[in-house]
Amino acid sequence: MPVEVVAVNGVSLAYHGAEALRDVTFEVTAGDYVGVGGPNGSGKSTLIRCILGLARPDRGTVTLFGTGLSRFDAWQRVGYLPQGLQHFNPHFPATVAEVVALGLLAGRRFPRRVARSDAGAVERVLTLMGIGAIRDRLVGELSGGLRQRVLLARALVNEPELLVLDEPTTALDPETRESFYEIIRDLNRSRGTTVILVTHDSGSIGRYASRLLYLDKRVVFYGGFDSFCDSPEMSDFFGIHSQHLICHRH
Amino acid sequence: MTFLEIFQYGFLLRALVAGSLIAGLCAVLGVFLVLRRLSLIGDGLAHVTFGSVAIALLLRFQSIYVSIAAIPCVLLSALGILKLAERARIYGDAAIGIVSSLGIATGIMLASMAGGFNIDLFSYLFGNILSISPFELGQTAVLFVVVCATVVLFYHDLLAITFDEELARTSGIGVDRINAVLVLLTALTVVLAMKVVGIMLISALLILPAVTSLQFARGFRTAILLAAAIGVTTVAAGIIVSFLGNLPTGATIIFLNFSLFLAAFALRHLRR
Repeated sequence: MPVEVVAVNGVSLAYHGAEALRDVTFEVTAGDYVGVGGPNGSGKSTLIRCILGLARPDRGTVTLFGTGLSRFDAWQRVGYLPQGLQHFNPHFPATVAEVVALGLLAGRRFPRRVARSDAGAVERVLTLMGIGAIRDRLVGELSGGLRQRVLLARALVNEPELLVLDEPTTALDPETRESFYEIIRDLNRSRGTTVILVTHDSGSIGRYASRLLYLDKRVVFYGGFDSFCDSPEMSDFFGIHSQHLICHRH
Repeated sequence: MTFLEIFQYGFLLRALVAGSLIAGLCAVLGVFLVLRRLSLIGDGLAHVTFGSVAIALLLRFQSIYVSIAAIPCVLLSALGILKLAERARIYGDAAIGIVSSLGIATGIMLASMAGGFNIDLFSYLFGNILSISPFELGQTAVLFVVVCATVVLFYHDLLAITFDEELARTSGIGVDRINAVLVLLTALTVVLAMKVVGIMLISALLILPAVTSLQFARGFRTAILLAAAIGVTTVAAGIIVSFLGNLPTGATIIFLNFSLFLAAFALRHLRR
């Protein structure tokens, strides 16, 4: 029986009267790779914020690993990579290793500590991400691509069962973007990491994801690619060309 | 008078010990505040301290108890700044500005209404570390231990929210609680620092060692230790230089700090 990782039930949210999400319901099971697409302002990032407890829905519930968000505390099971840091300070004095180690605080109890015995976990993820050589460099000195790699390493250091990525490759060049997506696909395939990927890049969704969630404030489509590609309703909604682009890549 | 002879004076030794403890605290908290773009919270809380000292003087507290009496009001104001920024849909700097001006206005209003204590009140504006009493030194040492222990306990939480609040939240860290801890520690430290450099110059003691350290530090722990070393050294040197040269201590400390910052800034640009 598939294990439920994320369950979103009837979630609605409005910001200052403007509707952001309307009655969104879907489930993600262990091992899924869900690509979340939709036009600008369709509520993709808001949905991710609701899943991570960064925004509180006006109505509806979110559960992670079967536990309601208000009681969920096993954050080491969840890795999160945003598009970029909200207020990143290029003069921040932390090294790559220090930033990656911050991921280990997830789910720990007070007083949260990164101990010497955690060094092995940090080294492993630095090696996995191919950034071991820059472990002592300051994060502010890195290019956008390398910095995203560091943040992905931070998200992965606990070997999370769920990885949530919110437009993680927006600032990256096409080559770096592809290698980024390949790392995530490998994690999904080799470790069974459940992935929720928000992106504007419908080609990437088609190429890497196993399920598609298309949002336009409400759920327009949620399911596997076969049913998406065979659906005349989706042909009408997207137009044949866009549907073909996603299905062809898949 | 030789350099070693100055250590025969008890008041000077007390000033050096108290000044070093307070400078270390200011520098450590300063690194978090500067990186979180909250540098001016020290200034705002210092202004609140001015109002709180006026209230304590109005209530006729003895001068050695004035700092302790000011603490509750400054702590409440620190939380007020956070709540204003959170609830009133305004940015942190505007919240600091509101609470800061309210603090100054309270001080001026009470001084004007009460008359008699203007001289006492205005002595807090410029500080006088050389007049620190054994009781005040003890009080400084206790608060130093409290603030240091709290920073050590919350070090990784503070680092996490300083790096990125949102990422910290998704690690299950209670960001609002840690923010409250940071501003409360800052409030306590500001009350202590009032004696060293005076209300007018407290924010410099929070900001300058931190920004000087950030010119060189390669690693967060290094940044904190370096800032503390800079803070302690400049305050100790400032106390000695001002004593030998008969100069105002607070201003001397700030000039030394600023000179060190300029040197660090120039050196960093020369090394590029």
